[in-house]
Amino acid sequence: MTQTTESRVTDAAYFVQGLLDGIPICLGYLAVSFAFGIQATSMGLSVFEATLISITNVTSAGQFAGLSVIASCGSYLEMAGVQFIINLRYMLMSAAISQKLSPKVSTGKRMLMACGMTDEIFGICISRPRELVPSYCYGATVISVAGWVLGTFLGAFSGELLPHSLSEALGVALYGMFIAIVVPVARENRAVLITAIIAMALSTLFSFAPLLSAISPGLRIILVTLITAGAAALLFPIEIKEA
Amino acid sequence: MSGNIYIYIAVMAIVTYLIRVLPLTLIRSEIKNPFIRSFLYYVPYATLTAMTVPAIFTAAKSLYSGLAAFIVALFLSFLRRSLLTVAAGACLTVFLAEALIRAM
Repeated sequence: MTQTTESRVTDAAYFVQGLLDGIPICLGYLAVSFAFGIQATSMGLSVFEATLISITNVTSAGQFAGLSVIASCGSYLEMAGVQFIINLRYMLMSAAISQKLSPKVSTGKRMLMACGMTDEIFGICISRPRELVPSYCYGATVISVAGWVLGTFLGAFSGELLPHSLSEALGVALYGMFIAIVVPVARENRAVLITAIIAMALSTLFSFAPLLSAISPGLRIILVTLITAGAAALLFPIEIKEA
Repeated sequence: MSGNIYIYIAVMAIVTYLIRVLPLTLIRSEIKNPFIRSFLYYVPYATLTAMTVPAIFTAAKSLYSGLAAFIVALFLSFLRRSLLTVAAGACLTVFLAEALIRAM
């Protein structure tokens, strides 16, 4: 077997492994993006527009926040600011993934990998033993994004047909997913627990206190994040470990 | 809606992609600044929590069903159930709680 054929075979094996590991993510995304599709069409977006958002963004929190900016007729600058802050975490994730790649991985491959950098795909990619092979990331991305886009389409398409009680219930799927990301970490890590408690308190204060409640939802999330993560970074600086 | 929906979508997509692609293609060495590293570490937890609370309480018609969904999701995720289980548990709770409230 020549060197090229052999590396192609391993690439295919990594791709399939990524596909398999991505199945639970795909199922989770189906449920959450279904809720996104329902919410998008209930706010007046077309099925095509809702699906286009999911294809081009692939980010739950950012897309839901984007909907609220569109609904409140926010400016394009507010939209950019909201997306920047809410998705800022991807910067850390991408930076972490860059440390796990061979320096030989081309810029083109890195640009492809960036398309699907979500919390969950990051999670399975960063926990790979040894070096990360781009094909593994592609496999996980393909199946997860397929679930994300299909779920959005189905939700947007059938949202109006579903009884209100059902679409209302599906509306909390996203919050359930967020809780499922934060709580297991907060359980082990006191600093994250305190961060979450501060964020809850501030977010509630900003939502209901006089004057503060006049701030738009997008800006509220930006401010709460900046204050909370800034305070947590000062109070509980994380230790720098050599990977 | 006052703005153009396609401009909104383009802004969302471009900003989000740039955030993802720039570190992957540009950063080839480790970030050393401890404050930036710590700040970025805490960002997801702060954002996700701020997006969930208090929004989850007003997601359903009744405050009580939102509250019940919150408690069930906390409980299931504390037991380290999967993303899908926690999301489904929260949905089911709202569905049942709203049905119960209507029946009363």
